[in-house]
Amino acid sequence: MSETLRSDVLISGGGLVGQALALALSHHGLSVQIVDPADPVATIAPGFDGRASAIASATWQMFEVLGIAERLTGHGCPIRAIKVGDGAPDSGRGGELDFVTADGDPPLGTMIENRQLRLALAAGLADAPLVRLHMPATVTTRDIGVHGVTLTLADGTRLAAPLLIVAEGRRSPTRYAAGFSIASWSYHHHAMIGAVAHERPHGHVAHEIFYPSGPFALLPLVDDGEGRHRSAFVWTVAEKDGPGFAKLGDRGFVAELEKRAGGVLGAMELVAPRMTYPLGFHHSASIVAERIALVGDAAHGIHPIAGQGLNLGLRDVAALTEVLVEGARLGLDLGDAALLARYQRWRGLDNMMVSLATDGLTRLFGIPGRTAAAVRRTGLGAVQRLPILKRFFMDEARGEAGDLPKLLAGAEV
Amino acid sequence: MSAATINPNEAAHFGALAADWWDPHGSSAMLHKLNPVRLAYIRDQIDAHWHVDARERHPLAGRSALDVGCGAGLLAEPLARMGAQVTGVDAAPENIAAARGHAAGQGLAISYFAGELAALPPATFDLVTSMEVVEHVTDPAAFIGELAGRLGPGGLMILSTPNRTMLSKLLLVEAAERVGAVPRGTHDWDQFLKPEELTNLLESAGLEVIDRTGLSPSAAKGFKLGGSEALNYLVAARWPA
Ligand SMILES: Cc1cc2nc3c(=O)[nH]c(=O)nc-3n(C[C@H](O)[C@H](O)[C@H](O)COP(=O)(O)OP(=O)(O)OC[C@H]3O[C@@H](n4cnc5c(N)ncnc54)[C@H](O)[C@@H]3O)c2cc1C
Repeated sequence: MSETLRSDVLISGGGLVGQALALALSHHGLSVQIVDPADPVATIAPGFDGRASAIASATWQMFEVLGIAERLTGHGCPIRAIKVGDGAPDSGRGGELDFVTADGDPPLGTMIENRQLRLALAAGLADAPLVRLHMPATVTTRDIGVHGVTLTLADGTRLAAPLLIVAEGRRSPTRYAAGFSIASWSYHHHAMIGAVAHERPHGHVAHEIFYPSGPFALLPLVDDGEGRHRSAFVWTVAEKDGPGFAKLGDRGFVAELEKRAGGVLGAMELVAPRMTYPLGFHHSASIVAERIALVGDAAHGIHPIAGQGLNLGLRDVAALTEVLVEGARLGLDLGDAALLARYQRWRGLDNMMVSLATDGLTRLFGIPGRTAAAVRRTGLGAVQRLPILKRFFMDEARGEAGDLPKLLAGAEV
Repeated sequence: MSAATINPNEAAHFGALAADWWDPHGSSAMLHKLNPVRLAYIRDQIDAHWHVDARERHPLAGRSALDVGCGAGLLAEPLARMGAQVTGVDAAPENIAAARGHAAGQGLAISYFAGELAALPPATFDLVTSMEVVEHVTDPAAFIGELAGRLGPGGLMILSTPNRTMLSKLLLVEAAERVGAVPRGTHDWDQFLKPEELTNLLESAGLEVIDRTGLSPSAAKGFKLGGSEALNYLVAARWPA
């Protein structure tokens, strides 16, 4: 039998959330092993992940503490305003709900290309001696015992720790095997995502436009090396229309994009490969089990409408890091039920609220028809009239609701 | 007792008992909720007494610790993980067997002794702890004297015990035992010590009480420190300078 490699925790899944968690834990002196079947070189290759993520300012504070922000210098585009409308910006129905930051306020979020995030995390992990990557590696047996968890890899290596953190994304096999019950449904929509270069500067404005066929978002990115202005797009279409759009050539696709963008950004050109994702909602009521904790999309998957998916996962990272680091300083078994219960109490409600809120938003804007559009407009107008509500939505978008973990306030644990 | 002298039947019995001690949902559920809160107090006192950085993972590295009435090791194990050379003493051999089994499973080297504290080979310790024990002994003054006898120069002693108030009578004894949150028969209210009484006992043993805090239920967290002392409290003591 080959050797057993021990660490404070095991993380199954080295995606954005799993890697950020490894950095946060090791920053506070905990040792981590990550297992993931993906090839780390492939995941940072251009074209592997064409998405861009809106990082809330609380999450950005954590990036500052962990040294990730520094590695992202020059790659983050602050969002200074969000224009929400029920039709194209040039249709007279756009921009009914504007979130604008006051001078000196933190931005509403910072847009980062996922590839840059992956590069920054990979560089951070390469500098983190307490993190050991087993990538690509496949787990053949998983033993959740009374005293700890042991994973056996295909090459016979055994990894052991008191706690297994599952960061395997939406279709997490470990979550299924451990018997977590999941509420899930499909929105019967696909998101087409990518990035465009455009004629006119975006002025740090994000657009969320609710078309009857589904929401369309334009999110500002930093200019590229040649000084071209760029934005990411998330364009939602009904499941049945997905294949049609997929067949469309780049020129036809860009023409459709320009139409939806309503001309605010001028002529466009694709600068990242188009990708299509099916959209669904899932939520696990319980995010812990004996010696197991779920983080990121393994615990909750929501509609990208409000750009909250990754942020929710990174808030899991901040809370779980605080719980485990404090537990370690008290000499507790890191799989201790009292620690896991604290993580569940801390994150369960926030995850559920954000998940249900975005689901509600999707449903509100997903109903086709004229009356529904009128209702939607009234709804938006009412929100705009209520500064308190607006404040709440903005804080929620920034990720500042509830009892804030220290990392999200920019402090070490 | 050593592992070799335990017969298989006993081992099975002790195994079940250990499983129950360490089952966060079993009859020791309340202890498991209490443990992190108590540990937070102990950690604070350790840091203050020995001037350790609160972020240090092994604040007790190079120090010895004695836990009297250690049960199955709920406190002894965290002290060992904090870096101490830990000795655990408990009068009940089945607790000690459970503690040994669990520590072995956790890969922790802890010396466990079944029997009275007086029977422990002579030695003194940097840290002496005894949680929820003084209210069970027949002669508290003699017991505190024995604990003091085990505290080395420059050492730190931390005790916790329920208070003798009407509230504790009502809540702890009646309610908790009735709903089974604390195993029945664990507590005898008349023997509980008021904080001044415990302070007197410690001072009579030549010690100086340096801190005292209440431990009370909290809706959000289960238990919290710093609130009322009416139910349960913790004290820290040392040799006078
Ligand atoms: C179209 C779209 C747009 C989005 N836009 C935004 C946005 O603007 N802002 C935002 O905040 N969020 C957004 N999100 C959500 C965000 O991308 C996800 O929340 C985030 O990527 C989740 O990260 P994760 O690490 O939890 O999961 P993933 O990124 O899915 O990573 C999971 C990892 O686990 C590995 N894995 C899988 N199976 C196993 C196994 N059996 N064992 C070990 N490892 C395994 C995988 O190889 C992968 O590396 C968007 C999502 C979509 C679909």
